[in-house]
Amino acid sequence: MSVTGGSAVIKESVGGNGHAVASPGNVVIDCKLEQVYYGEFLAVRDSHVPIEKGKITGFIGPSGCGKSTVLRSLNRMNDLIRGFRFQGHVHFHGQDVYARHIDPVVLRRYIGMVFQQPNPFQMSIFDNVAFGLRLNRFRGKMGDRVEQALTRAALWDEVKDKLKNNGLSLSGGQQQRLCIARAIATEPSVLLMDEPCSALDPIATRRVEELMLQLKQNYTIAIVTHNMQQAMRVADTTAFFSVEMSKGGRTGYLVEMGPTQQVFENPQEKLTKDYISGQFS
Amino acid sequence: MSVLEHARHPGAVAGAPSTWDFFADRAFRGIAKAAAALILALLAFILWQIGRKAAPGIRDYGFGFLTSTSWDVGRGHFGILPAIWGTLYSSFLALVMGGFFGIVMAIFLTQDFLPPRLAVVFRTTVELLAAIPSVVYGLWGIFVVVPAIRPMANSFYEHLGWIPIFGTTLSGPGLLPASLVLAIMILPTVAAVSQDALRQVPYRVKEAAYGMGATRWEAILKVMLPTAATGIFGALVLGFGRALGETMALAMLIGNSNQLSLSLFSPANTLAALLALNFPEAGPREVQVLMYAALVLLGITLLVNIAGGAIMTLAARNVRR
Amino acid sequence: MSSSTLPAVDGRVARNASSAGPSLRHSPWEVRALRSNLLTAGAWAAAIAASIPLFSVLYMLIVRGGSRLSWEALVELPPAGFEMGGGFGNAIVGTLVMVGLGALISVPVGIGAAVFLAELGPNSTLAGAVRFGAKTLTGLPSILAGVFAYASVVLVTGTYSAPAGALALAVLMVPTVVLTAEEAMKMVPRITKDAAYGMGCTRSQVIWKIVLPTALPGILTGVMLGVARAAGETAPLMFTALFSAYWLVEQGGIKLMRPTASLAVLIYNFSGMPFENQIELAWAASLVLVMIVLFINIASRLLGRRRA
Repeated sequence: MSVTGGSAVIKESVGGNGHAVASPGNVVIDCKLEQVYYGEFLAVRDSHVPIEKGKITGFIGPSGCGKSTVLRSLNRMNDLIRGFRFQGHVHFHGQDVYARHIDPVVLRRYIGMVFQQPNPFQMSIFDNVAFGLRLNRFRGKMGDRVEQALTRAALWDEVKDKLKNNGLSLSGGQQQRLCIARAIATEPSVLLMDEPCSALDPIATRRVEELMLQLKQNYTIAIVTHNMQQAMRVADTTAFFSVEMSKGGRTGYLVEMGPTQQVFENPQEKLTKDYISGQFS
Repeated sequence: MSVLEHARHPGAVAGAPSTWDFFADRAFRGIAKAAAALILALLAFILWQIGRKAAPGIRDYGFGFLTSTSWDVGRGHFGILPAIWGTLYSSFLALVMGGFFGIVMAIFLTQDFLPPRLAVVFRTTVELLAAIPSVVYGLWGIFVVVPAIRPMANSFYEHLGWIPIFGTTLSGPGLLPASLVLAIMILPTVAAVSQDALRQVPYRVKEAAYGMGATRWEAILKVMLPTAATGIFGALVLGFGRALGETMALAMLIGNSNQLSLSLFSPANTLAALLALNFPEAGPREVQVLMYAALVLLGITLLVNIAGGAIMTLAARNVRR
Repeated sequence: MSSSTLPAVDGRVARNASSAGPSLRHSPWEVRALRSNLLTAGAWAAAIAASIPLFSVLYMLIVRGGSRLSWEALVELPPAGFEMGGGFGNAIVGTLVMVGLGALISVPVGIGAAVFLAELGPNSTLAGAVRFGAKTLTGLPSILAGVFAYASVVLVTGTYSAPAGALALAVLMVPTVVLTAEEAMKMVPRITKDAAYGMGCTRSQVIWKIVLPTALPGILTGVMLGVARAAGETAPLMFTALFSAYWLVEQGGIKLMRPTASLAVLIYNFSGMPFENQIELAWAASLVLVMIVLFINIASRLLGRRRA
């Protein structure tokens, strides 16, 4: 099943670790990607990442190791990329989300996503947050929900007097919190975050991290980060990916996954140990 | 779709899109696709419509239509050779003049001759030239250009009349005034496309030329222009295509006489002007013939424009190399 | 450095040894520099020469057109042969009506097609064919649009009419709208669309809620450029709407299915008449037409610049 040889040992421990950590009833998204292709290029192989309810799962690893690809497979955002296909399955609450009769549009209503670059819509702050509510034809009191979302995103105090201003007029960190507010306004059960702090300064980063720890009470979060310390700070479970050269380019794969403390203090794989100690990045 | 319903947690607002949303999505996508197909259908329909109406004319007059020079409604003799000749000759003259000035303008605007403020002035001038309607150019041509060049033209005739291109007097409208105005009309097209072509020359090429100690014009003539050559050639072809299709200014200035002459000062005719002038009063027989002429014009302009488009695509591909 | 210490291998080297190197002085009389400067002067001359026609046209419009421009000229009907006075009020209305109708047809079709080209099927064979078709249509001579509308509408309905003219104008406007709208929509950043998809929008919702509003200034610019061009066209109207000396509105209501006046055709007709009055009116009408066209051009440019 694997494209290159010599990884049989790793595959075993992935299986072992993956299943040892999560109790089946607690898994919200069971993501098993055996092979992921963009056209002819194999982007990711042999990655089984169960996402547990109420926890923050962090994906770490060197650049190009497929962390974003795996994350985006969870809400079928990869469908938008030409030539995407994969072998394996993604189960959301037991449902195969890539089944023929499942509409990705519907899926994405239940899973929220925050992107690497803040991307508020070109409309007022209020309209940005209310976007999801209006999309889902929310009939209740819009203002209350917007306020609630902005409060949860730790942005309310800063913008409560200027809700009519354009979303793009905020600073980078504020824009990203706005995007988070937008994503959580409809209360999706799962929140996917693709390097949400990479475009932010350290202070804004810290605020977003504090936010994530608070959001954990209500949402299941999966976050991709290139910053190991961030994973140590916020993630309950950590999945470490690495990348190898293959014909056609670089292929990513899951090396090890487990409780954050264990992965960082007592990694099972040498590769993990090397990465954590800074031997490569 | 509804199988995911139970995945919601309490308090969640999210729900599947309503049936209306799905229907509207399908419908809108279908309409957009239909609109796109409509564009193609329109082109095909135009070709078919003109071809269909031209068929009787083609049947009756055949290929001789293209080579005959008479246009006699009463006796039913029709020929568009003078019109074809006039179309090509006037467009060629316009291309020589308008193309030259257009390229010079493009060089002038892109090769750092002007401070930004002045550049805006000249660029706006060129854009304004493009905005003036054809019929206004015609009016201006009649009352300003013709009187202005008539004295000079007639003196050329007097002294150099033995040269064919100066072979006749300029009594009023004629090939030269029409071509001059036409040149002014296609200058913006050539200038705009040439500017794009010159801007696409990579900076490092310009750097290399200057680095070797070339003067400004040596860099332009020996390096910039050759590199942008394909794009500039495309600009000329597109300008030529524009000139071929131009109607009103020519109808008002060309003289509408079915003469075949090399002289710049003689009145002539173009296919577009022929159509413009004869259509409104044409009886059914003449309409068929005019449709045939329209088909010929369509064929010529299509060919030139498609060639121009192909050259521009080639130019774009060269730059990416 | 003194010359006595250097070995005189080459007489020239020794001679120059006391100076700092080859002469770098800038001399405008040196042959290559001279040539370059002459060419620059030539380029300036050419640029100014190319600008003269514009100023000449504007001058004539303002002087000859302006002298005849008056309230009467704007509201009265066109004078017949030997008449004095009169105006081109119905022509202004006719132009506005036919351009408006033409836009009503061409803008929805154009934007719909552009949506398909930019969002729904950008790489499909249909898209490639449509782009080719639109580019080809931009080169269609305006008179052939008129011939087409003549064959499709005038012959079928049996009369010259405003809708026939509007169709001819629409044919000329559609390619511009399609190509500029497609460009405007392609400029919408990928990440913004991703955000909308991430929230579970259907493709139409992404287009309606995000792409179209964001691309609107660019689309509007394209539409206005198309409209400006259409307003100035004569040939397509000459044998579709023909001309009329009357208003579009009569006691029955608005009569569209009959010959309709337009500024462009009026200018053309009057320019050939041997009457001073008509020629003056032609200049005045030209001034009004150019002002309309310039106004639309400038407005579209301002709109294009006023992005968020």
